[in-house]
Amino acid sequence: MDVAQLAKVSDHEWRLDPRGRMRVPAILFGDQVLLEDMDDKVLAQIENVACLPGIVEAAYAMPDAHWGYGFPIGGVAAFDAEAGGVVSAGGVGFDISCGVRTLLTGLKRADIEPVKAELADSLARNIPAGVGSTGKIMLDAREMDAMLAGGAVWALTQGYGRPEDLHRIEEAGRMAGAEPDAVSEQAKRRQRDETGTLGSGNHYLELQEVVEIRDPVAAVAFGLAKGEIVVSIHCGSRGLGHQIGTEFLREMAIAAMSLGIALPDRELACAPLASELGRRYLGAMRAAINCALANRQVLTHLTRRVFSHYFPAASLDLLFDVSHNTCKEEVHRVAGRRRNLFVHRKGATRAFGPVHPDLPPGLAATGQPVFIGGSMGTASAIMVGCANRPERAFASACHGAGRQMSRHQALKRWRGRKLVDDLAEAGILIRSPSMRGVAEEAPGAYKDVGAVVTAAEAAGLARTVAMLRPLVCIKG
Amino acid sequence: MPRKRRGGGPRVSAAGAIGSRGLRAHLFAHGADVGVRGIGPSREAAFEQAALALTSIVTEPAQVRPEKVVCVECEAPEDGLLLVDWLNALIYRMATKKMLFGRFAVTIDGHRLRGQAWGERVDRERHRPAVEPKGATYTALKVAPNKAGRWVAQCVVDV
Repeated sequence: MDVAQLAKVSDHEWRLDPRGRMRVPAILFGDQVLLEDMDDKVLAQIENVACLPGIVEAAYAMPDAHWGYGFPIGGVAAFDAEAGGVVSAGGVGFDISCGVRTLLTGLKRADIEPVKAELADSLARNIPAGVGSTGKIMLDAREMDAMLAGGAVWALTQGYGRPEDLHRIEEAGRMAGAEPDAVSEQAKRRQRDETGTLGSGNHYLELQEVVEIRDPVAAVAFGLAKGEIVVSIHCGSRGLGHQIGTEFLREMAIAAMSLGIALPDRELACAPLASELGRRYLGAMRAAINCALANRQVLTHLTRRVFSHYFPAASLDLLFDVSHNTCKEEVHRVAGRRRNLFVHRKGATRAFGPVHPDLPPGLAATGQPVFIGGSMGTASAIMVGCANRPERAFASACHGAGRQMSRHQALKRWRGRKLVDDLAEAGILIRSPSMRGVAEEAPGAYKDVGAVVTAAEAAGLARTVAMLRPLVCIKG
Repeated sequence: MPRKRRGGGPRVSAAGAIGSRGLRAHLFAHGADVGVRGIGPSREAAFEQAALALTSIVTEPAQVRPEKVVCVECEAPEDGLLLVDWLNALIYRMATKKMLFGRFAVTIDGHRLRGQAWGERVDRERHRPAVEPKGATYTALKVAPNKAGRWVAQCVVDV
């Protein structure tokens, strides 16, 4: 990206003033190197987002932004229904409510090492992952609707997890306003045997060691200690979310013209929040959020079961579960006025600062945990929402390192088997049914997570609490 | 008039190979996702090749045995949407039937498509599936003849 076309607000914030059909400015976070490494299409896409009806304040791109479809991955935008605002299926993405949850094991690396390979194998056997995998849960029509309405709360009623888990999940584990009736039979069919599966691509289950504490106070509040092991699970709403995304993207793209919405890019397909289509999408999308929450809850149960075999005393308490492909109705202060907004975060996470009313009591004093997924060979980070700039980009932060290289390029450069062997030498065990899939997810295909985290912190989006290093990675 | 199929046998590798008779199925780079492109002497052939490219995201199409045939019908207001609908119909069947497809036949009448896909159930040992396609998108979407007069059918697939 050519930064010369942007106004530099600070070392980590850049601004594109409205031009053409833009209704608001575009704000991009990151240092000059990160921005220069971004594809030109990131700017084109965030500029397009700024053209959508009812957008408020600005269209934002996080430091890990990369070329998506419609919205860039790492894009944040909020819309006001009373100002003709829209909801965009492309602004949420196909993998609705894809997210990360992190479990605290209380174990040290020395506890893990003697059984690491065995534990990795056991997790690979017990966590359904990859193309064609199915879960053990087969949902009939009634159970499907109950799951879509209940999310992690439903999973709990089925015996997956513990009541205290719900206090550490966004929306207390159940997204209100879900409408299972707005979800097509095709989407439900796609999900029938996929609950409790990890998926493929960049989804993973990792054992990670806390290698550095940068904010001791927040770390204590989060239950993090240097040298201890956590488990992070990254996955989403599986086939149901993909099908909802597919169907509504098409319906919104076709309906846009009749609704009087001129789309700068068909992938920005959207509908007025006040329209029947917009309301129906919100109902379906919220049901998909519940699907993702239920999915991660079931995977948590499976993980705990594996760990209980090796470490009966380890409880694997949930630190937090955060989604990063959503549109959520939230109240934000804009230009001194409280406004009810629909905040799209595509490849971006919510990052509430301390005392936010939606935070659970145990996190109110510290702020919301924010998980920044790295690659299987580098690092991940745990950050926390900021106290000093709680409304920054509608309380949003980045979600990962972000790719710097396409899958196609990665496949040309690396061989999966060699990567697995090299990482094993470095103490990181990879378990995956596909060596090609491993090559596509090579650590070198991702940006430097450290640079992304530094930029997010410098931009005031979130503050770093701890850095993690992978020890075991289960890939789909 | 529905056109006769030109044949959509497996002629693609994961890295993208040029096939015979002017047919080509390959992948192109797109950030976190991947683009599929089919080229052929007709719109139908290009759609078949795009479907082959879709399979090549997951596995080598030549590894997929044509044990079962699945029929697909879709209709859209224009060619671009029709391509996305065709690929999404295949993705849906891959997901719900746990199948992979290695051969395709397409007829198109106006903007109504009838397709057949031959394949088999996913065999994780033999296919070593790399990644699961989530949905075909409207990004880099194109259905049109190129300068050489060959039809190109392409879009980005979210994986």
